[in-house]
Amino acid sequence: MNLLLVAPILLPMLTAALCLLAWKSVRVQRWLGVAGSAALLASALALFAEVHGRGIAVSHAGEWAAPFGITLAADLLGALMVVLGGIVGLMVAVYSLGSIDEGRERFGFHPLVQILLMGVCGAFLTGDLFNLYVWFEVLLMASFVLTALGGERAQMEGAIKYVTLNLVSSAIFLAALGLLYGLTHSLNMADVSLRLAKLNYPALENLLAVLFFIAFGIKAAVFPLFFWLPASYHTMPVSVSALFAGLLTKVGVYALIRVFTLVFRDDVEFIKELMLVVACLTMAVGVLGAVAQMEMRRILSFHIVSQIGYMIIGLALMTPLALAGTVFYLAHHIIVKTNLFLVSGAVARATGSFELKKVGGLYAAQPGLALLFLIPALSLAGIPPLSGFWGKYILVKAGLESGQVVLVVAALAVSVFTMISMMKIWSEAFWKPHPLGLTPAPVGLLNGPIAAMAAMTLLIGFGVEPMMQLAQRSAQQLLDPQNYIQAVLEARK
Amino acid sequence: MNTVMALLIGMLYASGMYMVLRRSMVKLIIGLALLSHAANLLIFTMATLRRDRPPLIDEGETALAAPYADPVPQALILTAIVIGFAVSAFAAIMIYRVYQTTGTDDLDQLHTTDS
Repeated sequence: MNLLLVAPILLPMLTAALCLLAWKSVRVQRWLGVAGSAALLASALALFAEVHGRGIAVSHAGEWAAPFGITLAADLLGALMVVLGGIVGLMVAVYSLGSIDEGRERFGFHPLVQILLMGVCGAFLTGDLFNLYVWFEVLLMASFVLTALGGERAQMEGAIKYVTLNLVSSAIFLAALGLLYGLTHSLNMADVSLRLAKLNYPALENLLAVLFFIAFGIKAAVFPLFFWLPASYHTMPVSVSALFAGLLTKVGVYALIRVFTLVFRDDVEFIKELMLVVACLTMAVGVLGAVAQMEMRRILSFHIVSQIGYMIIGLALMTPLALAGTVFYLAHHIIVKTNLFLVSGAVARATGSFELKKVGGLYAAQPGLALLFLIPALSLAGIPPLSGFWGKYILVKAGLESGQVVLVVAALAVSVFTMISMMKIWSEAFWKPHPLGLTPAPVGLLNGPIAAMAAMTLLIGFGVEPMMQLAQRSAQQLLDPQNYIQAVLEARK
Repeated sequence: MNTVMALLIGMLYASGMYMVLRRSMVKLIIGLALLSHAANLLIFTMATLRRDRPPLIDEGETALAAPYADPVPQALILTAIVIGFAVSAFAAIMIYRVYQTTGTDDLDQLHTTDS
């Protein structure tokens, strides 16, 4: 049993249990939440160092060798995602100290966040398809309760859409699992990959690929399956929205990457074409939806959809450079998008509203916060030298190398529209005077996580070389899954 | 047996989808439950439906002979049923809360958060 692999799952579970024991004391729960998330980040970094230095880490539950036991495996992508999960978890835990209301804290906000993190880390680390389903359900259950916690009218409306679409997605995932098991008699991803390669049922394989694409596509919010996201993300408290925006759709993207690089490798040309079209439409529809909105969190929610399109581009092109672009974009996007949601919460705290018409005057009152907004906002739009520019640059270059001119034009046009949205928030919330002439209130502690995540954006932007090397190495691992398969099937410890 | 199961699963999927698309919240929950039952039965059918072939290795053999009732999918369904039960329980309470806060059972009335 490799403790490094189990720790990112065990630590949040332990923290959640401790939080439940301290049910009556909100203060204890708060600090447990922060300490638990910090421990998760530390263990994720240790795992990442191990995987980076010594290659793919594998552990089998109960020493049952693959394909019989449940496998936990971390390659560079999985380890990187766990680190990002730890970062988002810690930032949101600290941000919640100053932003979440006591009513929600009394009804289990802190343990739920930890259970969500456990589900997310489990999904990133598992090497077994059915286990992936179970982790999805764990994180969904926690997210359902977090969505509905508080019981405001808008929240309940958002919750019913969120819950329904995610349950439909789970049912499709489960059906696809059943059919895949019937075809291959295995659920271990590495083993399934080997067995599928030996079979020759192109029709069934394409059907399964499409089922998996739909199931994960709903979770990742790609066109035309994204409508639950902009209908629900803006109804929750900012801490919850930021956590979801950073991690949940990205779990869907991660699952897509894993399944379409490891399990379905050949015979799925059909799905590649489909992905290209879906990527284009996801980018375009998401960004156009955002242009029409005048509420900060709605704008940001539509941008999540739009940015998912960029990540699908790399997966659809499936060249080393394109896949590296997807990995880079994932890392950049998780940091930037979480941060933008945190900023929107700070703006609402300072001026009292999320509606752009009702806020203003922040640049004059708090130039520091304005600067902290500009860093992730410009990065999202892709202004050099920030992290988003490099992500888009890599994907556009990969697109041109594959001769996908339409895709490249769409990607560039979408980033112009992204810029328009960000400038809309800038000019309304920061530049124009407050419509009622009020002076924005200070936001105090909320600045901490925002500044830390802005610093990470700058770090990725200026330190693009090591980050790019990391992305390329993990793309290499994804495109040549033999190492992964060997590591899983031959690990005896 | 396989034909019967195929028809049954198909009917469950069809009626589940139909119920999910109705306007009433209660029917939505029933539809979701039907969908998960359909998926469970689908996995069950994948395990080869035979009564006379338990997954036991015959004396003198070292491996299972080909048609046998695979126990793994049944274990999977057990897990899926437990998860489905928890999710249904949560969903039932949630629609009750939605009904309490919004005062309606009609999904078409819940459009204030759409964009």
